[in-house]
Amino acid sequence: MEPKKTSLYETHKNHNGKIIDFAGWSLPVEYEGILVEHEAVRNAAGLFDVSHMGEVEVKGKDAFKFVQNLVTNDVGVLEDKQVLYTFMCYPHGGIVDDLLVYRFTQEHFFLVINASNIDKDFQWMTENSAGYDITLENVSVDYSELALQGPKAQEILQRLTDTDLSTIKFFYCERAVKVAGYSCLVSRTGYTGEDGFEIYLNHEAAPKVWDALIEAGKEEGIKPAGLGSRDTLRFEATLPLYGNELGEDITPLEAGLGMFVKLGKEAFIGKEALAKQKEDGLKRKIVGFELEDKGIARHGYEVAVGDKVIGFVTTGYLSPTLGKNIGLAMLDIEYTELGTPIEVKVRKRSLKAKVISKKFYDKKYKK
Amino acid sequence: MKLVEGLYYSNDHEWVRVEGNKAYIGITDYAQKQLGAIVFVELPEVDTEFAEGDALGVVESVKAASDIYIPVSGTVVEVNEELADSPQLINEDAFGSWMAAIELSNAEELEKLMSAEDYQKFCDEE
Repeated sequence: MEPKKTSLYETHKNHNGKIIDFAGWSLPVEYEGILVEHEAVRNAAGLFDVSHMGEVEVKGKDAFKFVQNLVTNDVGVLEDKQVLYTFMCYPHGGIVDDLLVYRFTQEHFFLVINASNIDKDFQWMTENSAGYDITLENVSVDYSELALQGPKAQEILQRLTDTDLSTIKFFYCERAVKVAGYSCLVSRTGYTGEDGFEIYLNHEAAPKVWDALIEAGKEEGIKPAGLGSRDTLRFEATLPLYGNELGEDITPLEAGLGMFVKLGKEAFIGKEALAKQKEDGLKRKIVGFELEDKGIARHGYEVAVGDKVIGFVTTGYLSPTLGKNIGLAMLDIEYTELGTPIEVKVRKRSLKAKVISKKFYDKKYKK
Repeated sequence: MKLVEGLYYSNDHEWVRVEGNKAYIGITDYAQKQLGAIVFVELPEVDTEFAEGDALGVVESVKAASDIYIPVSGTVVEVNEELADSPQLINEDAFGSWMAAIELSNAEELEKLMSAEDYQKFCDEE
């Protein structure tokens, strides 16, 4: 199947974006280079096209009850215009997807899901909507999405809008914000470990707002940023990626993300399995590691101790910000203590490594 | 696209510079551009024998590890240790950054490789 084009496809080509096929979409992996873009986001600002992300609207009298049953985190704590990071799990505790839940009102929620999971997720939501007085609509094709990320993000975006951005707090949103004259949903959220905004808008507006942001951020050194740096940035900030740290056979507890699972709330899908796993104790979990030998550990590489395979790498990079060869790995529980010596199988070689804290990079959120 | 006359080129984007029976092998400027910033190079060991098409070493960009296939058979006589500490040299000067030098075991294999001109055409079509 021919990969789909976002509304910014021509824009990416004009910026010399190196286009790849990602989750069925033609998107730039880099423009000037992953490292330059990574650094721009850490020190100034980067602009990403994340239009591939999926969006689902939940409306109706039972909207809250439906979402509360669907996800692991507590939607009950949300105010209007607040955003929540959470998982949807299967009854066995494995993860359907990770998502953002925007509460517009108690009868209107906006769910943002991963591109590669849109069809699966929407089907899952539909299957689990029986008995709820709601309408579910997959509106993914209606939205473009930009992510403006970095310490200068607010300053740059503020030049294009009359809305006082300092009033949009971390993990809150504002609807119908006029950005360069176009109406947008703007939230202070992101996937980089920096302050920043995610901007949802229609396809006509997206290239215009993109150009306006690039122009407005010139002095600060804004750069268009691709999927390559999106991945290195989220990795350093230990933000999980579905397909790497998360999956149908991985539970949020094993991923080390139990803080987004509220076992104390009323029934939700997967609650029993997750409660049992917590009670029985984990058999494996995701840890950080650092290579002591030269080399780069990558997604899928085996981890061993002697002849015994004890797990696998979920993500690994030469960290652009830290300059170290580090990674995340799912390991048998007896090897997860800090300092444990492990080996990563890189092609024919076994590289020495040790378990370290997963907090690779201190997130710079404006809370 | 940068090219150097007098080198042999493979369709996996390696170059070969022949000096007598010795051949220096590296990746082309086109290849380094495709890979992006190179952050790690795995070199072969001296005295290892390779047949044409074997993985001679690995070049890693931020994003991915790419095998480098040797376009001609031979035994490694020297490796460019400088690349182990400064892999970015390949980005800066791909044709100056040889990875390994081999003693050719079958010089006739060179005839299957491309000239600079043919390689240019090959890349234009890719």
